[in-house]
Amino acid sequence: MTANILELHGISRSYPTRQGLFGKNVPVRAVDDVSLCLEPGETLALVGESGSGKSTTGRLALGLERPNSGKVLFRGTELPRADTPAWRRLRAQMQMIYQDPLAALDRRLTILDQLREPLDIHDIGATSERGSKALAMLEAVGLNTTHAASLPSQLSGGQRQRAVLARALIMEPALLVCDEPVSALDMSIQAQVVNLLMDLQRDLRLSLLFISHDLKVVRHISRRMAVMYLGRIVEYGETSLLLTKPAHPYTKALVSAVPIAGRRMAERIILKGEPPNPAARRTGCAFHPRCPIARPECTSVSPTFSLLPDGRSVACHAVDASLATRKVEP
Amino acid sequence: MVTLGEMPVGTLAGAALPTTTSPGALLTIEGLTVDFNGVQVLRGIDLKLERGEALGIVGESGSGKSVTWLAALGLLPKTASVSGAVRLDGEDLLTVAQTRLDRIRGGRVAMIFQDPSSALNPVIRIGRQIGEVLARHQGLSGSRIRAETKGLFDLVGIPDAARRLDCYPHELSGGQNQRVMIAMALAGKPDVLVADEPTTALDATIQAQILDLLTAIRRETGMALVLISHDLGVVSETCERIMVMYAGSVVEMAPSESIFANPEHPYTRGLLDALPPFEGSLHRLIPIEGQVPEPANMPSGCAFAPRCPQRMGACETAIPPLLRTEADRFSACVVGAAAGSQEAGTFEKGMLA
Amino acid sequence: MFRFFAIRILRAAFTVALVVTFAFLVLRLSGDPARSIMGEDASPEAMAAFRQEWGLDQPLFMQYLHYFAAIFHGELGCSMRGGGAALDLVLSRIPATLMLTLPALLIKLAVGIPAGVYAALHRDSAIDRAVMVTAVAGYTVPSFVLGLVLVQLLAIWFAWLPTGGTGGLQHLILPILTLGIGGAAVLARFVRSAMLEVLGQPYIRTASAKGIPWASVVRGHALPNAAIPTVTIVGFMVGNLIAGSVVVESVFSWPGVGNLLVVSVAARDLAVVQCILLLVAVAMVFSNLIVDFLYGVLDPRLSNGDTGGGH
Repeated sequence: MTANILELHGISRSYPTRQGLFGKNVPVRAVDDVSLCLEPGETLALVGESGSGKSTTGRLALGLERPNSGKVLFRGTELPRADTPAWRRLRAQMQMIYQDPLAALDRRLTILDQLREPLDIHDIGATSERGSKALAMLEAVGLNTTHAASLPSQLSGGQRQRAVLARALIMEPALLVCDEPVSALDMSIQAQVVNLLMDLQRDLRLSLLFISHDLKVVRHISRRMAVMYLGRIVEYGETSLLLTKPAHPYTKALVSAVPIAGRRMAERIILKGEPPNPAARRTGCAFHPRCPIARPECTSVSPTFSLLPDGRSVACHAVDASLATRKVEP
Repeated sequence: MVTLGEMPVGTLAGAALPTTTSPGALLTIEGLTVDFNGVQVLRGIDLKLERGEALGIVGESGSGKSVTWLAALGLLPKTASVSGAVRLDGEDLLTVAQTRLDRIRGGRVAMIFQDPSSALNPVIRIGRQIGEVLARHQGLSGSRIRAETKGLFDLVGIPDAARRLDCYPHELSGGQNQRVMIAMALAGKPDVLVADEPTTALDATIQAQILDLLTAIRRETGMALVLISHDLGVVSETCERIMVMYAGSVVEMAPSESIFANPEHPYTRGLLDALPPFEGSLHRLIPIEGQVPEPANMPSGCAFAPRCPQRMGACETAIPPLLRTEADRFSACVVGAAAGSQEAGTFEKGMLA
Repeated sequence: MFRFFAIRILRAAFTVALVVTFAFLVLRLSGDPARSIMGEDASPEAMAAFRQEWGLDQPLFMQYLHYFAAIFHGELGCSMRGGGAALDLVLSRIPATLMLTLPALLIKLAVGIPAGVYAALHRDSAIDRAVMVTAVAGYTVPSFVLGLVLVQLLAIWFAWLPTGGTGGLQHLILPILTLGIGGAAVLARFVRSAMLEVLGQPYIRTASAKGIPWASVVRGHALPNAAIPTVTIVGFMVGNLIAGSVVVESVFSWPGVGNLLVVSVAARDLAVVQCILLLVAVAMVFSNLIVDFLYGVLDPRLSNGDTGGGH
């Protein structure tokens, strides 16, 4: 039995905020009771819009922030406290890449220097070999020695993202959390980086937690996905299932909102209203103000997960009512 | 042409998209070139926009898709030198007096931008920002401005209009701010709305709302729409005609049905192949190798040649002109033309003929 | 609203207390007033008597407590040099200082702000460069150098104006100019920078795209935004009205607060120095408070912290 490389058990994270200049403290729940697991070598996508909590979940998974409740298990053991030596050692096994590669790179160091840095910090291998190891990694992501000697400002967006990827992978981590890694890239470059990511995953047996709002890329890269809304997971299961036969009304809306080249104004679900304000949470299901099939109980009772026959979990009263389901613990 | 009038509620029954009623295109761009400090970023754009038409412009970074329209409206900084002609009903926008251009901007051609939250003035209430346009282009004042603004808010779907009038942009969400921008653009009753990546900074479900709104407004007002995007899907769903730009030139122009089913230019084909499919089987993505050339370092001949899987010797010697390949399709590719996809012997230069 | 001001007033009071304490310590620990005032060759008994009269022989901590308690009674001590209440002495000098600093402030605003705005609007033009060079010169040159240069030029070579002292209108011109030029330079540079930042913002392009004529865009869209950071620096200048002319008053022998400060420090006239510092601190802190309040008025993003997701 392969142990899960990452498990999140009911994690929650709130931030205190102050409403207005003179207002009182209102805690905002960015992540609310999220549970999921990631098997070695697989890709799990986290999908949602702004305010969904997907980025915060990614940071919690890496231990960059501590959850207010719940547990994060990496390879079966709980994550150590941040900034302890044990935690620092664990950094080598879990890495993250973000949307803006220019911000992730030090403007004043060459690419090669930045790639060597993790090796130097964690004291990996012989000092003399680190340079060649870095170059080898750069080659693996499609960058050459000229790129290695350049500063980040001299590279294009796609090249920078490759450099960031190389730096993240030079430690040969087991887990890579990607937070919108291709959203800022041109379409033709996106394809390059997506291919690269998938090739590296296969070669290095990487587990990917892929956070994105772009369902086209998610369909391509992930086997399972979780849809988040206002800090909670609303649907969770195999990507192909969720995208071809979405069960939760929010998933349905997201899927129908995907603009597809060559398709003209098909029947679309246009949600009314705005993305929710985490500071002004309603009772009951967080989605009910915008839900086209909201029922009376949706305004007062939060839905819990139900397991559908095809293996996915959905948190929706309407789905519960219409299908024969088995109640499960999340 | 149907005008905004007294804010009709809902769509006019059975109003189809109007066909061209007057002779001559509404807007023509001829040989538009833009230089920044000696570096050419736009290399001669020709296009025609008919009344009431929805034209989609697709391109990646460096394609010049936004610069074209900023140049047309005179919104580029002083360091840019613009040449060519941009004719709105015959009048060349590049040579008219500044006062006349101020009338045309917002009054006949309106433009909305990406990231509405930073495109609105943070210290002025949105009611006043819209009222400015009403005062300037429709000569309204006082309480009539307030009433008309409320009507515009209803038209673009901003609820609770009376209260929102006095809000500041930071009090609204991105989607609401984009609606405010659209309302502001409509306030001048323009004939053309140029939307530069209007949904790129917005969430997916809000993007759907905004595109839906733009289509509804077009139907109601008969306004022409130029939708600029890097996302082929966004453009295909809303526009009848698509123009693909690369490195400062137009490379293909075709109706949206045919361009996706049968792209002619290798770049368009490459873009479509590089898109992860949303339906059908999964396959390895076919990227376009290499990257967009720097404007200061353009290859001789076709700008796409270094990345093109079909390049020939002829591609590197001269920039291929944009030629008509079928009744309403144009492509700037020597290879495509040589393959004989044009009508028997007649080459019509450009699309202005 | 109450909480907003209450917190700030408390912070302000704390700042003033800090300044006063610091001044107190530095003065007491750096030289002996008895020696300065009575002269080097006064007898030890006379100096001891002096110290006892002024409470200087008591432990530092006790002196501090006495002083602090006295402040709350409005008693800010007496001048060791001439007797008489320190507060009265200082207050009597304020009008003279204001006669210099107020017109100078007007010059700073009337010259600095338009120069900065103009330079920003005509970036990289000949006038912009001229303004910037002048501005750099204006604030890098120390005020006493500027003052002395002006004196040399206008009072000695051309003998149009007197070299210093009081008397009539002509005595005001040089010191006011000296103060005003430096400040105008600082303000011009700052305003130019603020305007350039604003002019590069997307909403300026939107305003032009709406068909608003450029002059109206600058007036109605750019200036209100550029005003926000400008208020900070103007607030600082206002806070400096009482104390900002120490050097200039010395150069021109002008009998204002600055002059008094210099003389009192040299003589270790503790009460007067502390009194001046207290007043200056209060003035600064008060003007900061006004600036904070103005921010809330000028920038709607600050008055309510509600960002995005409006409902």
